[in-house]
Amino acid sequence: MSHRYGDREVLKDIDLSLVEDRIGVIGANGSGKSTLARLLNGLVVPSTGRVLVDGMDTARDGAGVRRKVAFVFSDPDAQIVMPTVAEDVAFSLRRHGLGKAQVAERVAEILARFGLGGHADHPAHLLSSGQKQLLALASVLVTEPEVLVCDEPTTLLDLRNSRQVSALLEGLPQRVVLVTHDLELLRGWQRVLVIDEGRVVADSPAAQSIGHYQALMGAGRPC
Amino acid sequence: MLTSTYQPGTSPLHRAGAGVKLLGLLVFSTVLVGWQSPVTVLVGFVLVVGLYGLGGFGVRTLVSQAWPLRWIVLLLLPFQWWTAGWQVAVGVVGTLVVAVLGAALISLTTRVTDLLDVIARLLEPARALGVDPERVALLFALTIRAVPVIAGTLHEARDARRARGLEHSTRALVTPVVVRTIRHADRVGDALAARGIDD
Repeated sequence: MSHRYGDREVLKDIDLSLVEDRIGVIGANGSGKSTLARLLNGLVVPSTGRVLVDGMDTARDGAGVRRKVAFVFSDPDAQIVMPTVAEDVAFSLRRHGLGKAQVAERVAEILARFGLGGHADHPAHLLSSGQKQLLALASVLVTEPEVLVCDEPTTLLDLRNSRQVSALLEGLPQRVVLVTHDLELLRGWQRVLVIDEGRVVADSPAAQSIGHYQALMGAGRPC
Repeated sequence: MLTSTYQPGTSPLHRAGAGVKLLGLLVFSTVLVGWQSPVTVLVGFVLVVGLYGLGGFGVRTLVSQAWPLRWIVLLLLPFQWWTAGWQVAVGVVGTLVVAVLGAALISLTTRVTDLLDVIARLLEPARALGVDPERVALLFALTIRAVPVIAGTLHEARDARRARGLEHSTRALVTPVVVRTIRHADRVGDALAARGIDD
């Protein structure tokens, strides 16, 4: 699979099968790692080749893919749609055909799990950055997807909030694909891909891939 | 009604259906405008004050809802008084204030999602004409959400302008606000697509 934006090829000859529960993606800015993440839930479709999720082609059945693969961005402000915390989580279930009581129950359950139970009726835009990112996660996970793709979810967070989100990601039952610059987040992960200039240049457990990435960056390549 | 000012509670007003409250506001505003006079305004005001009490809200909340209208009242009241007399002035300005207080009470006691449900239900017949009621409701939700986001962007752009010593430059304020608002809209579009909300 390859992908290009106009004349610029951002991903080249990618051939991957992602089956592990915890997969990290690292690489310099502009290396193509965010595009790779977006391909996984059909936000971007490949210019050549195919991306299959459980046999579903992201180009043909994007809606079906998105029901299975949730996505969280680095900026939670862009993801929060509704004015209050509980309403934003409930909004994800709007087209799921659930009754009001069922929606309320699922919203309360996930907010409690994410430590936001006491903020249910608070204005979402007044939450701290960390709480907003937790809300963004809660809002996508309430639909019970099978896979969660996160594109730099801790970039805008301080150390404490970053650790909170990290711990939460660790404990999720879902398969997680995490794009990040925070190498600490990936310590011990089963598989970490290193992307450089649109190609996968390392694909191994965290320790080896992180070593490879650090060597690559230390070699004075542009970031 | 543009930004959510919902305050959770268990009063009869909180428990009442959003559709009933909107219908009540429609009737209330129609009567105020149709029988515009100082007496109607007085009766309407007493009713609204009573309803704020019923909803568990005090004088401070009532005043805070009317406060944004202060400049309109200060300009319109003397002008109407001067051109049409005190009765018309009190009728026109009082109707405006009381109607806004009534609308604000709905915002204070109703979740935005409940209002969106009403909008979607009301638009259901338009589905035959190709209108997607859920999409229209989403449009309202995004508009409501955009208000604090753009206000925040404006605040930051104003600070950045001051930090650069360009306090009087319109370009230094407008350009970043427009660029960031467009980028925000782009990111929201991606996020909605990623959440499968428009599938």
